Amino acid sequence: MLIEKQRGALRIAALNPTALRLKLEPGQALADARGCVPDLAAFPHDPAGDLAFLDRLSRRCDDYTPSVQLYPPQGMVLDVTGCAHLYGGEDALRDGLVAEIAAKGLTVRAALADTVPAARALARYAGESVEALPIAALEVEPETRHALGRAGFRRIGDLASLPRKVLAARFGPAMTTQLARLLAEEDVHLVPQPWQDAVFAEQRFAEPIGRSDDVIEVIEMLLERAAVQLAERGQGGRRFAMRLHRSDGHVAQLEVETGAPTRDSALVLRLLRERIDSLADPLDPGFGYDSIDLAVPHSETLAETQAPLEAERQQPGEIGRLLDRLAVRHGPARVRRFAAGSSHMPERAGKLRPLNIKGKTSSWLKVGETEPPLRPLVLLDPPQKVGVVDSIPDGPPRQFIWQGKPHRVLRQEGPERIAAEWWRRRGGHMDNPGLTRDYYRVEDETGHRFWLFRHGLYGAEAEHPDWYVHGLFP
Amino acid sequence: MQVDSPLLAAQPTAPPPMGLVALGEPRLDGALGGGLRADGLHEFHGAGPADAASAVGFALLVARLRQGLDDRPLIWARQEDALGIPYGPGLVELGVDPDTVTLLALPDGKALLRAGLDCVRDGAVAAVLLELHGKQPLLDLTATRRLALAGAKSETMVLLARSAAPPSPSAAHTRWQIAAAPSQALAASAPGFPAFTLNLLRRRGGREGFAITLEWNRDTVSFHAITPLSGAVPALAAGGALDPQRKSAG
Repeated sequence: MLIEKQRGALRIAALNPTALRLKLEPGQALADARGCVPDLAAFPHDPAGDLAFLDRLSRRCDDYTPSVQLYPPQGMVLDVTGCAHLYGGEDALRDGLVAEIAAKGLTVRAALADTVPAARALARYAGESVEALPIAALEVEPETRHALGRAGFRRIGDLASLPRKVLAARFGPAMTTQLARLLAEEDVHLVPQPWQDAVFAEQRFAEPIGRSDDVIEVIEMLLERAAVQLAERGQGGRRFAMRLHRSDGHVAQLEVETGAPTRDSALVLRLLRERIDSLADPLDPGFGYDSIDLAVPHSETLAETQAPLEAERQQPGEIGRLLDRLAVRHGPARVRRFAAGSSHMPERAGKLRPLNIKGKTSSWLKVGETEPPLRPLVLLDPPQKVGVVDSIPDGPPRQFIWQGKPHRVLRQEGPERIAAEWWRRRGGHMDNPGLTRDYYRVEDETGHRFWLFRHGLYGAEAEHPDWYVHGLFP
Repeated sequence: MQVDSPLLAAQPTAPPPMGLVALGEPRLDGALGGGLRADGLHEFHGAGPADAASAVGFALLVARLRQGLDDRPLIWARQEDALGIPYGPGLVELGVDPDTVTLLALPDGKALLRAGLDCVRDGAVAAVLLELHGKQPLLDLTATRRLALAGAKSETMVLLARSAAPPSPSAAHTRWQIAAAPSQALAASAPGFPAFTLNLLRRRGGREGFAITLEWNRDTVSFHAITPLSGAVPALAAGGALDPQRKSAG
């Protein structure tokens, strides 16, 4: 069951068949529904996600026909005029499509008809003929539908035989237009989904080429062609995929990703060289390549910019290109940026995020002036347990052993009490809130500074709380 | 002799192609002839096994000072299995903006050197900090020379922070031994500001064997000398008190 917030209350937006059998209905308040069925599984409704899914699904239907139109939230119309023979008839096409979509675990209803409204109505009401459909199948204003019901019409067939002029006078011209469309007396045009081909460039050769310089040159040419296509769309590529078709049928695939959308062929070429350098098995041209093609599977909007006057001029501080190159050579997960987290738990307040993963960033907390560093430079993850030799209850240890070496504490500051995030824990609000940590900054006699914490409050949470070192200060 | 003197005078005092990074302590900067070469290769060795954090911390602070010259970002490359993870809030506490630092976590010393050389050659960053643990057979005279030349060409400072490393021949401009130093205690004997004991082991074409204990001041972005174990010296006066406007604004 899906819920959404309507008129200030959580209401049911959609139900699955099981829930429908329980006599729940859309629009009902969640609280009422819970009253009827206490152990109801409710999930938030995500219309945008549904639409995106429908859009993806419609792209799959491009296999069947080039003109597909979405009817959100649940519908999709395919114009199969002239396409059916490829699948052995209209019914076979429909069955194939239904089977393909149903294989994804979806419930599909499909119908074939001469016009869009008729097909939609037949699919929705699972009818055999348009005449047998209920009045509700007519896509008119709710008031008009209500008025039709009051006038005693039950089925579309009841309306079909009546003179249209009379109907138009009584129920409005929009209703007769809809009726005519439903009865396939009038056609309505489909507005197909705008469909853009992926940027693609290909070069075939009269003779296979084998020299790597030639290959690079061809790729550069393809990149320039792709750049023209991208510029026409106002886009820049994020991923460039090349395929080198060898004369013996082997296909070598090369792919580079950039951190920002680009149309700069020199940049992509440089990344590509890095990629070739870092290949475990170098490119083997064998008897040469027959053809090379280039696709840009992922592109993003990139505004038109003026080319720099001085070619290859690198601005100081322009680190993006370097990071792209490092990401290509060593893998994007190895290039990391610092990300501030909005949490008071130390391990969540500062994280490292790989370059290829985007996430929300919060700003770093300001530090007080004339205060020594209160957070360590290096955080141990997970914290390492220390052996406490000599301690006073409710204070930091006077001596502890870490990594096999004893440290005698000369200076200390604390505690900084950090409570556990009980809301992240199962049963955290009841009896399992997690242990409080008391953090101390300590310095040993040789000047090494540590960030220690005691896991659990003395007596209240733990009988003999453990001590951990969580970070190192310079 | 008089004929030769202009030539003699001209050679040793020829100004380095790039600027110098002054550490802020006059006595030390004087001994270094103004500071560390901004496009040079500098090595920082942790004195003991527990001084790795101090060595890398000091190198990071030098990188921060280098950043002050031209505001380019920093690269910090380390091995994946190095102790702990660099901590953003801790960088902020030292006065380093974590958003200007990119971290590379690489599988081994070989990849680290290769990536480090790439970064140094590129010239997009102010300084490249390479954190290396243990013996690095690949980091020989040739490799360090390559790093030093690339740094001089791209005006990038190269900082090697090493721990548990036996001394090996190197083309570094300076080589330091770094140890954690007891800090100047604050009120209620709380640990104070970051403090380091430096030992200048080697300096190309210059004086060696210079030892000093420095304390880092985040507010003035500089080091200053402290006398170790001097006891009750108030370590607070520098910075905030001199600048009442900033304080009231913050």
